[in-house]
Amino acid sequence: MNPIEQLARQQPQLAALTPFAGAHALTPYLADVEQKRQRKLVPTLEQAIERTGLRDGMTISFHHHFREGDLVINLVVATLARMGFKNLTLASSSLLSVNAPLIEHIKNGVISQIYTSGMRGKLAEAISHGLMDKPVQIHSHGGRVHLLQSGEIKIDVAFLGVPCCDVFGNANGSHGKSRCGSLGYAKVDAQFARQVVLLTDEIVPFPNVPVSISQDRVDYIVQLEQVGDPSRISVGAARVTSNPRELMIARFAAEVIEHSGYFKSGFSLQTGSGAASTAATRFLEDRMLRRGITASYALGGITGSIVDLHHKGLIETLIDTQSFDNVAAQSLAESPRHLEVSTNEYANPSSKGTYCDLVDVVILSALEIDTAFNVNVITGSDGVMRGASGGHCDVAAAANLTIVVAPLIRSRIPTVVRHVTTVVTPGESIDVLVTDHGIAVNPARPEVAERLQLAGLPLMSIEDLYQRAISLTGEPQPIEFTERIVGVIRYRDGSVIDVVRQVKE
Amino acid sequence: MKLRRSMLFLPGANAAMLSTAFVYKPDSIMFDLEDAVSLREKDSARLLVFHALRHPVYREIETVVRINPLNTPFGLKDLEAVVRAGVDVVRLPKTDCAADVHELEAQVERIERACGREIGSTQLMAAIESASGVVNALAIATASKRLIGIALAGFDYCVDMQTERGDGSELFYARCAVLHAARAAGIDAFDVVFSDVNDEAGFLREVELIRRLGFNGKSLINPRQIELLHNAYAPSEEDVDYARRVIAAAEAAERSGLGVIALNGKMIDAPIVNQAQRTLQRALASGTRQ
Repeated sequence: MNPIEQLARQQPQLAALTPFAGAHALTPYLADVEQKRQRKLVPTLEQAIERTGLRDGMTISFHHHFREGDLVINLVVATLARMGFKNLTLASSSLLSVNAPLIEHIKNGVISQIYTSGMRGKLAEAISHGLMDKPVQIHSHGGRVHLLQSGEIKIDVAFLGVPCCDVFGNANGSHGKSRCGSLGYAKVDAQFARQVVLLTDEIVPFPNVPVSISQDRVDYIVQLEQVGDPSRISVGAARVTSNPRELMIARFAAEVIEHSGYFKSGFSLQTGSGAASTAATRFLEDRMLRRGITASYALGGITGSIVDLHHKGLIETLIDTQSFDNVAAQSLAESPRHLEVSTNEYANPSSKGTYCDLVDVVILSALEIDTAFNVNVITGSDGVMRGASGGHCDVAAAANLTIVVAPLIRSRIPTVVRHVTTVVTPGESIDVLVTDHGIAVNPARPEVAERLQLAGLPLMSIEDLYQRAISLTGEPQPIEFTERIVGVIRYRDGSVIDVVRQVKE
Repeated sequence: MKLRRSMLFLPGANAAMLSTAFVYKPDSIMFDLEDAVSLREKDSARLLVFHALRHPVYREIETVVRINPLNTPFGLKDLEAVVRAGVDVVRLPKTDCAADVHELEAQVERIERACGREIGSTQLMAAIESASGVVNALAIATASKRLIGIALAGFDYCVDMQTERGDGSELFYARCAVLHAARAAGIDAFDVVFSDVNDEAGFLREVELIRRLGFNGKSLINPRQIELLHNAYAPSEEDVDYARRVIAAAEAAERSGLGVIALNGKMIDAPIVNQAQRTLQRALASGTRQ
């Protein structure tokens, strides 16, 4: 009787133990020096997909760090289509105009469901007009991690484009010819996915440092010609403005911060990627210098203008989930106090601690805001989806002072409305609205209103702003929708805060 | 004493700009029906400006309209429309002599009577754009009680003088002549536009020059220039402190019935008190210089 049989007789609960079968029974690749080193490298994307065991009906995921310069999502889905996959759920941290080719793959049944933070361009238009049987699920950046944690999204295979990695999959975005900076969205996919395929255009010597995505989460690596065009990261969203109206809104926003009661040494801030909020950082610089105030950290999508304040010693630490331009990516590579964080650490409401929890002041944008301060950042004035939830509701919920900046009127469409087309962030999270016509403070924050009034800022009620807008544009005709729901807006805790209906043709 | 540092030009045919420009809060907004409007848009621009002038959002800001010259087919139509719409100030382009102002004044009065507007309530300003205009500046500036100011327009003036815009020396005589005429007539003086909106440093140099010369302000073509101009015209904190002390001394002298005002043992006369009032007015409008 061998020792295992003996053991089993004496201790029946140990009957399943197996006898030693050689040093490499579990790790056969260690017996072969070449195989040991190369085992994750797969020559083609098709082979990598085959090895993951992906099947029809499963969930695939992507990140959107390259934004309009992404070359991975379309390539992978086209390959899956060629290989005959059907009925897949696509869970991308977000989608942009560049992803218009997905329309064909939705029509052909390759993709049957989508989870995303947002959509733009032709894809968003097609889905708004009823392209999909199942409504698209729109989540925030923090809310996506919550859905992964709760198990609603189960990623079977994550396809993650990375600017560089080594043969074992230690990857980062702060180096490499396609450098995109932070891999904050992708870190979460690497953590939750059953299988992880890295796509890279640069395999660097082992070990690759810093490690944003670790080797112990990576199954396969495929080398591509190019994973993304970093010059297109800042297209569409983050831009520097010379528009006088946006500059004026930015100056008002900086004045609101200065007199809000939160402008003290050690304060923390987040500025969105919109033109006015990016410009506000420049106006904030003067005020910080004048008053000798420095910030402890800036959070979020990090832009060159925020990095500039960091270099000047006005912001001590940068907490970065998405680098919005090459200046930010370079700073991440070089500054010891420029920290890369996952969206879990950034904003997941069920995380044990997020950086957004401790933000003092955030500047956010809006497509529409209503007289109850509810904000829409998803649907345009024609009812078509053309934006992203992003970190909007996450940081708005957490920050001590949430400022929304928007022009009162865009072309001839009012931004301040009676009821927003789609609620993404509830009015209870919004403290101040800054427009080119005046500033409205949420009546729930009388102490903020009082401070701004004392400082001589042009305060108006949001009702007056609404009336002003209507007096200039007239009352717009309501958008006509059908009953059919094409989008579900998930609040950061997973609850449904609103739905988007199909626009009438 | 109306503060007129910034006069923002708006092309009259640009509906989008008309619907938002007042938010930039220049001291005056000038709707242009003349050079910034193409021939085929003259009628639509006049209609747009007519409606803008009547909108409540333009009640709280001084409105100026630059009409087409009265010897064109559009000038009188422009005048009929804007006087009836309640414009504050009509700006006459290409004013060469006092007779141009007299002709305008007569037409304005006729329209005021015809539409029931208070006689004399339409104010005027004259733009000087030629050598003869500069030479006749004093006669122009004193041609009508309705005149609130005269403005130098640099482009046409330079063409007339057979020169071009440069370091400012080409405008030196005209600036001084217009400014002296305005001061002698007791009205405001406005400087030329600075057309390179991206050259902030150049703009500020020119503003500093004209502020020191004594101009009330400047015509502007981009809202981004307003804040820069207002800040350049804002007094320093020391100026404000001094002005407050002057006013306090003047008030104390008045209370005690003294004819002579003294501050720190020095005599203060009326021009100094006036100057102090202007300083405080600018500080009230834009704070102290940053």
